[in-house]
Amino acid sequence: MNDIRTIALIAGVLLLLLVATAVGQFLARNPDRGLNPAAVNAFNLRLRGWWIICTVLAAAFWLGTTTTVVLCGLVSFWALREFITLTPTRKGDHRALFWVFFLFTPLHYVLVAYNRYDLFSVFLPLYGTLFVLARVAMAGDYKRFLERTAKIQAGLVVCVYCLSFAAALLHVRIRGQDPANSGANFRLLFFLILLVQFADCMQYVWSRMAGRRPVAPEVSSTRTWEGLLGSATSTALLAAVLWWAAPPFEPWQAALVGFVVAVMGFAGGMTMSAIKRDRGVKDYGTLVVGHGGVLDRVDSMCFAAPVFYHLTWFVAGQ
Amino acid sequence: MLYQAEPMPVDVASPRRAVPGRTAVCRAAGLTLAALARLLSGASVRWIACQPDTCQRFYFANHTSHLDALLIWSSLPQPVRELTRPVAAKDYWSRGVLRRWLAEEVFDALLIDRTDIKVHQSPVDVMLREIGSTRSLIVFPEGSRSVTGDLGEFKSGLYYLAKKRPDIELVPVHIDNLNRILPRGEFLPVPLLSCISFGPPMWLEHGEAKANFLARARKAVQALKE
Repeated sequence: MNDIRTIALIAGVLLLLLVATAVGQFLARNPDRGLNPAAVNAFNLRLRGWWIICTVLAAAFWLGTTTTVVLCGLVSFWALREFITLTPTRKGDHRALFWVFFLFTPLHYVLVAYNRYDLFSVFLPLYGTLFVLARVAMAGDYKRFLERTAKIQAGLVVCVYCLSFAAALLHVRIRGQDPANSGANFRLLFFLILLVQFADCMQYVWSRMAGRRPVAPEVSSTRTWEGLLGSATSTALLAAVLWWAAPPFEPWQAALVGFVVAVMGFAGGMTMSAIKRDRGVKDYGTLVVGHGGVLDRVDSMCFAAPVFYHLTWFVAGQ
Repeated sequence: MLYQAEPMPVDVASPRRAVPGRTAVCRAAGLTLAALARLLSGASVRWIACQPDTCQRFYFANHTSHLDALLIWSSLPQPVRELTRPVAAKDYWSRGVLRRWLAEEVFDALLIDRTDIKVHQSPVDVMLREIGSTRSLIVFPEGSRSVTGDLGEFKSGLYYLAKKRPDIELVPVHIDNLNRILPRGEFLPVPLLSCISFGPPMWLEHGEAKANFLARARKAVQALKE
């Protein structure tokens, strides 16, 4: 990964973060600028999250493909933890959940690490589902059976299956790239993360500045049609500008990918908001004092990663 | 009444063992198990209007899982942990070599005989004798693990502890979600997230009736759920 594009991309992100941090600190030190201090605080908290994400990512990149897959697996594990914690389960689900956490999730990531697309693309949605259904039935508690199994399945698919496509990007073979050099794949992953985070941020900004019509006011009053369109357009623009960083794409393809990623990220955020609204909580991480949970950070990524993966494959795969 | 009214002399008997008496192996095992329990239960610890302190305390908590005592113990800072002993049932924890070793050597638990209660050797008397003037206790006033996860009625032991040692702080503790991590009757844990809350210390009011006190203590634990 010692190529000029990777370094340029990392340097660019670092510069962006430094500038944003400087601005955030300046705003926090000078509260009498007519800006909402809560918004400034939220911005700074988010920024800190990005610093952590970028540092961990850089470390994982540096340590190699397998480390990154393992890291992604740990994030999945933690996200699933938060998901099931906030989803009411009954005692009859206990044994099924044990295997879901300690067998199915790790095994899925082993398949991803060995790049067995033929297996990992069906393992959780098919065999995971069959197992959960059968194990819960065998526990003998039939009350609201479909509802309970659906909860576990939804957690598995969103937190583990979908998120693992981000890690699987590292194994996509890109036309015209040396398979031994994984730099291009890392850039692809970085590109995806950047777009998802940017889309999240833009959605917030556009909704605040021009938001009129919430998509579903019952679910989230801050996610608006204007925010969705604005973020999709801005992300498409950013992707087109950064097309050189993502190996297989032409500028127009990159723009299209950016648009789709933003829309999918929005869908992920909406979905998680609906679940949180139903459970009456604001963050998945309310159990961890002081900051939102892991799932709050990766919800858009969960929805965007599979689509990005398949688009990449479609455009550039061998 | 079963219990004598006059206060118990504080240092009538020395603690069973001096605090640093545990061997390095037991200490290491304790630290490992505590770390493992914390990792597995994803416990976040909140101190609400209460600070960790090495003063003598009775921590009283809701009881939903085998991990309860271990988790409370492990969420205390090291110096406090060294002074704090969980109270456990003798009939369960003295069965088998491993269990006895864990209870007696690693956690320095105070084993109480639930089946054979003598008048002159009541559990409360044993507890008070064992803690001397330095140690703290973790007790579960419900008596046994709740099946549903709801908070049951408190047994009167807590009242007599408070009455005989009015100088000791009573700290309510609420353990959230642990019954889903390791419910009663299961031996494999599901690694969800849990939360342990330590609440503001309370004391037995002068002349407070037993029922009123127990209701107040129960409410103090319940209030920490939010």
